Amino acid sequence: MNIYWDSIFTAINLIVSLDKKLIEVFFLSFKVTIIALFISCFIGLPLGTFLATQRFKGRNLLIGIINSLMSLPPVVVGLFVYINLSRSGPFGWLGILYTPAAMIIAQIVLILPIIAGLTTQIIEDLQENYNDLFVSLVTPKVTTIKAYIIDARYSLITAVLAGLAKGISEVGAVIIVGGNIDHLTRVMTTTITMETSKGELSLALALGIILLITSITINLIVTYKKYNLKDRYYGN
Amino acid sequence: MVTKKNTLMPIKVKKLNFEKGHRKLLTDISCEIKAKGITIILGPNGAGKTLFLKCLHGLISYSTSEVTFANKTLNKSIRKQQSMVFQSPILLRRSVFKNISFALQQRSKIINKEKILKVLKRVDLLNLVNENAIFLSGGEKQRLCLARAIVTLPKVLFLDEATSNLDPYSIQIIEKIIKEVNRKGTKVIAVTHDLLQAKRLADDIIFINKGKISEFTSAKIFFSKPKSREGKLFIAGNLVV
Repeated sequence: MNIYWDSIFTAINLIVSLDKKLIEVFFLSFKVTIIALFISCFIGLPLGTFLATQRFKGRNLLIGIINSLMSLPPVVVGLFVYINLSRSGPFGWLGILYTPAAMIIAQIVLILPIIAGLTTQIIEDLQENYNDLFVSLVTPKVTTIKAYIIDARYSLITAVLAGLAKGISEVGAVIIVGGNIDHLTRVMTTTITMETSKGELSLALALGIILLITSITINLIVTYKKYNLKDRYYGN
Repeated sequence: MVTKKNTLMPIKVKKLNFEKGHRKLLTDISCEIKAKGITIILGPNGAGKTLFLKCLHGLISYSTSEVTFANKTLNKSIRKQQSMVFQSPILLRRSVFKNISFALQQRSKIINKEKILKVLKRVDLLNLVNENAIFLSGGEKQRLCLARAIVTLPKVLFLDEATSNLDPYSIQIIEKIIKEVNRKGTKVIAVTHDLLQAKRLADDIIFINKGKISEFTSAKIFFSKPKSREGKLFIAGNLVV
């Protein structure tokens, strides 16, 4: 049990002393995930709503593909992004391999299907109710998509949280495309992997505890806010 | 009161057929609905009344027919001059005010606040203007749907059993408004099961049975001397599909 107490003390010590290394990897972790999440929401919410509300040839196939991509193995995504961004790859000219930008791209590939897939499911339920009204009002497609997102906003928070959880806990893809370079691409999860391989279990566990607490706190705050607003607005 | 000429009338339907799977739900429906008065579509459950109404409004696409409004084929521009109130109220998860303003925005870019408050006063919902629409009772929800439908000043108003399961107060308000908008020139076409309501409102009756028009006549004739056998049975309460 000593290892747990040691880790807790190490974690407290790291936080209280505002350890520079910790702050650096902590903020980079969140910077990468938040940017990836924001871009994924920007694309995934309208895309999911479009798929849920429009009927066209190949729609079911596209939904099936997106649902399959929700369970993409991160290391495969890492490898795929790596190949594309490496010097010999089609996007090698961008020169962003082993930078936070590459990590953001890898996370978008992982988060986007989750946001789009869950959005499709959530909006499909609402669409059964709203469709006749929008057709009757001859509402333009863009306005319809906006209206669905606004009216399903509390349910969509769950999709966003799922994306956040995937991004913040991800290690396989970011370590391949980021390279875990100190002061440049080292994030919480890659640091934990590295410290574990070095045998520094206390430090790895301390970082794990900090990551866990941060992740749970964000989820609790967002969920509390979601239900608080929902109760105030819908009264249930 | 000056009644404007309704530029969408008459409505002509030529051989409207609608099939789902192997079931023929509407068969060779042809009729001409005139501008004047309130037209009520009557018929037993499953006769195809709602389907016919939805086809007229363009909510359901069909291929073998032509529905024209003032000799123009039904298109988006014509549909923008129509409104519909559904049997189950469809309301956005927003305030009473925003439900109306959303509909108004689809017709014009300017939201006229006074116009919205005025229409809410007509349906006796002014005191609930900032309330979330999902808080409302069944009658209030349907009155809000009617307010949303009439705020755009439609030339044709479709009502699909808009007063079923409502309390007498809500029915009274809705019927009063239906008569008012009709007097001002809006053509009202409504589906109902309620014979008494049909007697109170109807100028014409379209009686549908098994997906076919059995009778299209004035309300006076339909209720005193129905020509069709089905019509007679329906009035006597003996017709089922």
